[in-house]
Amino acid sequence: MAKIIVVTSGKGGVGKTTTSASISTGLARRGHKTVVIDFDVGLRNLDLIMNCERRVVYDFVNVIQGEASLNQALIRDKRVDTLYILPASQTREKEALTREGVEKIINELSRTFDYIVCDSPAGIEHGALMALYYADEAIVVTNPEVSSVRDSDRILGILQSKSRRAELGQDPVKEHLLLTRYNPVRVEKGEMLSVADVEEILAIPLLGVIPESQVVLNSSNQGMPVILEDESDAGQAYEDAVARLLGEEREHRFMTSQKKGFFSRMFKG
Amino acid sequence: MSFFDYFKTKKNPSASVAKERLQIIVAHERGQRDQPDYLPALQQEILAVIRKYVQIDDDMVQVELDRNENCSVLELNVTLPEHS
Repeated sequence: MAKIIVVTSGKGGVGKTTTSASISTGLARRGHKTVVIDFDVGLRNLDLIMNCERRVVYDFVNVIQGEASLNQALIRDKRVDTLYILPASQTREKEALTREGVEKIINELSRTFDYIVCDSPAGIEHGALMALYYADEAIVVTNPEVSSVRDSDRILGILQSKSRRAELGQDPVKEHLLLTRYNPVRVEKGEMLSVADVEEILAIPLLGVIPESQVVLNSSNQGMPVILEDESDAGQAYEDAVARLLGEEREHRFMTSQKKGFFSRMFKG
Repeated sequence: MSFFDYFKTKKNPSASVAKERLQIIVAHERGQRDQPDYLPALQQEILAVIRKYVQIDDDMVQVELDRNENCSVLELNVTLPEHS
């Protein structure tokens, strides 16, 4: 049985797809057979972030409607061979994702994969509800900013009432907070909510803090999940988050500003 | 700006304002989230009944459910206009 993880946030533009790409790559790189599904029907982008946009032939909706087999639609990642991508449909209506259709595919994937990562669309409409419905765990991606925190709290409420686990009265979906675009310098100046502030408001366990970084844009430009940038702070922060997701203890890093000394200022700029 | 101000680190308190505002709105919205689904409909029907006798605005009827350990209290607050 695969573990189903939804990457969600309510608000758009906070880093759901970036996170889905990195978390799934991280899980696969550790040898777990992983599939990442794009639930954003009509606005698919996971394929671009994973650099497989030119290899999309069939999509999620084709499989649901029986126009293609799962094997025809799954795209194998070129960098990590235990990683597969199931792209969203770019042309269909969102309603094409029926609960029964999604269930059938998740059950089929569940037989051969260890992890199913569901990349949710923004909002709390049908696509987002479908993405979270079957989840065992949820990664709630949040920016340290008022609208994002409020929307995260809203999505937590939905996880607790509208997921399959909630409807069937099973153990609740396991919630993880992933704080992205974190800028310790601005936090120290009192201009940005701190990790502690967001943890206090949302009251869910912290999976990781991804620092705001140039590397994230650079890697999305190239279609490379940022976790593969092993040297970068954001890449390492994602690697830590994957380790914690798998139950390892890792100390949180990149939460304070690195004060540059005189020499590093002089020589590194 | 005096010469010495230049050395002071300016504390911009906007993050603490953000935190306070969030705590209030999140607490409020969580309270509403736990309310039963029938509450808005109940509120509309009560409003309709009262309007048979007194003309009042939509926001003049507040219905809230407080859940305590062993009982729930349905609180109904109706504000009547001054000359009724």
